[in-house]
Amino acid sequence: MNLADYRRAARAWLVANTPSDHRPEGDPIALAKDFMARLYDAGYSGITWPRQWGGQGLTQAEERAFAAEAGDFTLPLYVFSIGLGMTGPTLVDRGTDEQRERFVRPLLRGEEIWCQLFSEPGAGSDVASLQTRAARDGDGWIVNGQKVWTSVAHHADWGLLLARTDVDVPKHKGLTMFVVDMHHPGVTVRPLRDMSGRANFNEIFFDDVHIPDEHRVGEVNDGWGVAVTTLLHERLSISAGVGMGSQRDNPASLEALREVLDTSDPLVRDQLVELHIRSRALALFNQRLAQETNAGVFPGARGSAAKLLLAELTVFQADLATQLAGPASVVDDHPLGQALAVAPGMALGGGTNEIMRNIVGDRVLNLPPEPRVDKTVPFKDLKVGTQA
Amino acid sequence: MKLVLSQEQQELRAAVRAFLGAASPLPKVRDGYDPQVYTRLSGELGLPGLIIGEEYGGAGGGFADLAVALEETGAALLPGPFLATTFATIALTRVPDKELLAGIAEGRITATLGQPPADGDVTAETGGESAAVTGTLAQVLSGMEADVLVVPARTPDGLVMVAVELAGEGVTRTPLAALDITRGQARVELAGARGRVLGPRPDGGIGDRLCVALAAEQLGVMRACLDAIVAYAKVRVTFGRYIGSYQGVKHKLADMHCKLEQAESIVRFAAWAADESPDELPSAAALAQAYVGRACFEVARDHLLLHGGIGYTWEHDAHLFYKRAKTDEVLLGPPRIHRNRLAELLEL
Repeated sequence: MNLADYRRAARAWLVANTPSDHRPEGDPIALAKDFMARLYDAGYSGITWPRQWGGQGLTQAEERAFAAEAGDFTLPLYVFSIGLGMTGPTLVDRGTDEQRERFVRPLLRGEEIWCQLFSEPGAGSDVASLQTRAARDGDGWIVNGQKVWTSVAHHADWGLLLARTDVDVPKHKGLTMFVVDMHHPGVTVRPLRDMSGRANFNEIFFDDVHIPDEHRVGEVNDGWGVAVTTLLHERLSISAGVGMGSQRDNPASLEALREVLDTSDPLVRDQLVELHIRSRALALFNQRLAQETNAGVFPGARGSAAKLLLAELTVFQADLATQLAGPASVVDDHPLGQALAVAPGMALGGGTNEIMRNIVGDRVLNLPPEPRVDKTVPFKDLKVGTQA
Repeated sequence: MKLVLSQEQQELRAAVRAFLGAASPLPKVRDGYDPQVYTRLSGELGLPGLIIGEEYGGAGGGFADLAVALEETGAALLPGPFLATTFATIALTRVPDKELLAGIAEGRITATLGQPPADGDVTAETGGESAAVTGTLAQVLSGMEADVLVVPARTPDGLVMVAVELAGEGVTRTPLAALDITRGQARVELAGARGRVLGPRPDGGIGDRLCVALAAEQLGVMRACLDAIVAYAKVRVTFGRYIGSYQGVKHKLADMHCKLEQAESIVRFAAWAADESPDELPSAAALAQAYVGRACFEVARDHLLLHGGIGYTWEHDAHLFYKRAKTDEVLLGPPRIHRNRLAELLEL
C-alpha cells in the first residue's frame, strides 16, 4: 500500500471508530482500553514497533501519516501514553525476549497500563541521586522507598522502576532497572493534585515489595544506561505528542483563537503571526527529526532541543492567549485559564528547561561539563535531596 | 515534503565548503570581491548555473540544491555578486528572453536585481527589443560588481523586465558606505541607459524565491556564528574553567542551537516548496524570512556578545557576521513586511 492509500485508510478508520463525544458515558478507562484494542486490531498500534513483538514493523512515514490524520480527532490514549512513548520502547530496546513476549503485546492491545517510576522527592533533575533501595532477596529483590510525579500510576498495572542496588559505588553506577507489579500489596499509590487542580500524577510508596529477578531490565547496576534509553524516548515522545491531545483541542491554538478574537486589530494580528511562526518552526523541526530517524539517523540528544522548544511554546502560547482574551480568561474555569494552569507542566515534566539546555550543551554541542563533585564519591557519602 | 539532504546534496555541500575554505577563507573576506574566486566558483563548481536549465548550460538543479550552496557561501561570508546574481537568475528564469542565462551559467556575466520601491520608479522608452531606461535605485546589492542590472520598468504598454549593462552609457554608479564591509551596495542612476526588454514582468513567484534564497544564506551565517562561539567556549578559560562549562554561557548556546535547528527545518521546507509545492511557497517563503531573518541576527548578536571584549574589536571576525546578519535581515525590506504577508496568507 502506498502512503497516500495508507493515509486514506487510516482516516476512514478514524472517522468510523473515534468517539465523537468528548465525554462519553461509562468508565473512561474501560472505554480507553476498548478503543486501544480496536486500534490494535486495525493495525494502528505500535506502527513502527517490531512485528515479532506485536507491532506493525512499518516506518516513521506510516507513523507520521497516521499521526497527521489522528490530529483531527480526539483519541482517548492518555492512559497509554507512558507505555507507548517510554516504557514500551525501553523494553523493546533493552528487555529480554521473555520480557518482550510477556509485556509488549498486552501494552499495544491496551490490556495493561504502564507508568514510569524514576523521580523521587529528593531526586528530580538529578534523578541518579535517587534513594529507593532494591536489596537482593534469594532469587529476587525487595524494594523500599518512595517515588513521585508518576503520571497515570493510579491506573497502572506495571511500572518501570529505577532503584538503587549498590550504595558503595558512585551514584550512576549503583542503579538497576526493574518491572514492578503495581498491584503488589506493598505498593501504595496516592494521587497528587497539581496546580491545575487535577490529579493526573501520584506519589508511590514501596514497602517490602518483592520483584522476581526475571523482571530486571538490563544488567545489575546498569540501570542508568537503561534509564538514558527511556529518557531519550520520553523527550522524543513528548515533543512528538504521543497520546496527547491534538492541536484541535487546544483552546490556545491559532485556529481556536482566530475564531474568538478581533483580528482587524493589527496588534492582535501580529501576535497571532508570532504564534504561527513559532508553532510552524517547531512542527517542521519535529518533522525533520522524524525524516532523519526514518533515514537511520537517530536524533538522540537533539530530541531534548525539541522538548525544550515545545515547553517554551506551550508556556508562551497559554500566556499570549490569556493576554489576548483579557479578563474573561481568568474566571469561571475558562479554557484559556486552564491552559495557563497546565502549561508549566510541560516545562517541568520529562526534565526541566534548564536540564534540557544542559543536555543540548553537553551532548549536542559537546561543551565542557561543569565540574562535578558527585561523579567519583560513593553514593553513601554523597549529599542528596534537600538539606537544611 | 523533504527536509533532509540527499547524498548528492551532501556531496555538493562538502565540495563547496572545501572550495571556499581554500579559495575564500575568512581572513580574505575583508579584501572584498575577488573576480578570480567567482570565476573558479563557476568553472569548478558551476554554482551560478545551479538553478539554470541544462538547455542554457546550467545544471538544471532546484532550490534544495541552491540552498545548500548559499548556506556555504553565507557561512564563508563570500564577498561579491553571487547572491545578487542568484536573485537576477530567479527573475531571468521567469521571463521569455533567456539569453542572459547562458552567460551567467558560463560564469561570464554577473548580474543583480533592481527592486524599485514602487512600480514606475523606473521607466523605459521602448523600440522593439531595446529600451532607454530612466530612474534611480537607491540601493542595489553588489551594484558596483555586477555586470548587468535586471529591473522592472514601466512602459506605455505596461511593466516589463529590462536588462541594463551597468558599465554602459547613461549609468552612474555610486558605491555606498555599507555596514557590511564584505559585500557592498551601490546607488544606481539610469538616465536613458540602453537596455534590452526581456518580456513582461512576471506576476509573481520572484519575491518568494528571493526570500527562500536569502534564508539559505542566513542559515549559513547562523551556523558559522554558532560554530565559532562553541569552538571559543571550549578553549577560553575564566576563573579556572572553560567558559562553555558555565550554565550562563552553555544555556545561551543551547538556545542558539534550538534556533538553528528550527531555521534549518524551515529553509529545507521552503526550498522544497519552491521546487515541488507552488501552493505552499508563498507562506513558506514569508515564514522563512520572518523566522530565519530574525533568528540569524539574534544568533550573530549573541555570538558576538559571548566573545566578550575581543568580539567588539575590528580585528575579530564577529562583527562581520553581525553586520551581514543585520544587512540580510532588512535586505528585502523591513521585516514587518514578511509578518504582514503571513497575516494576509493566513487570512487573519
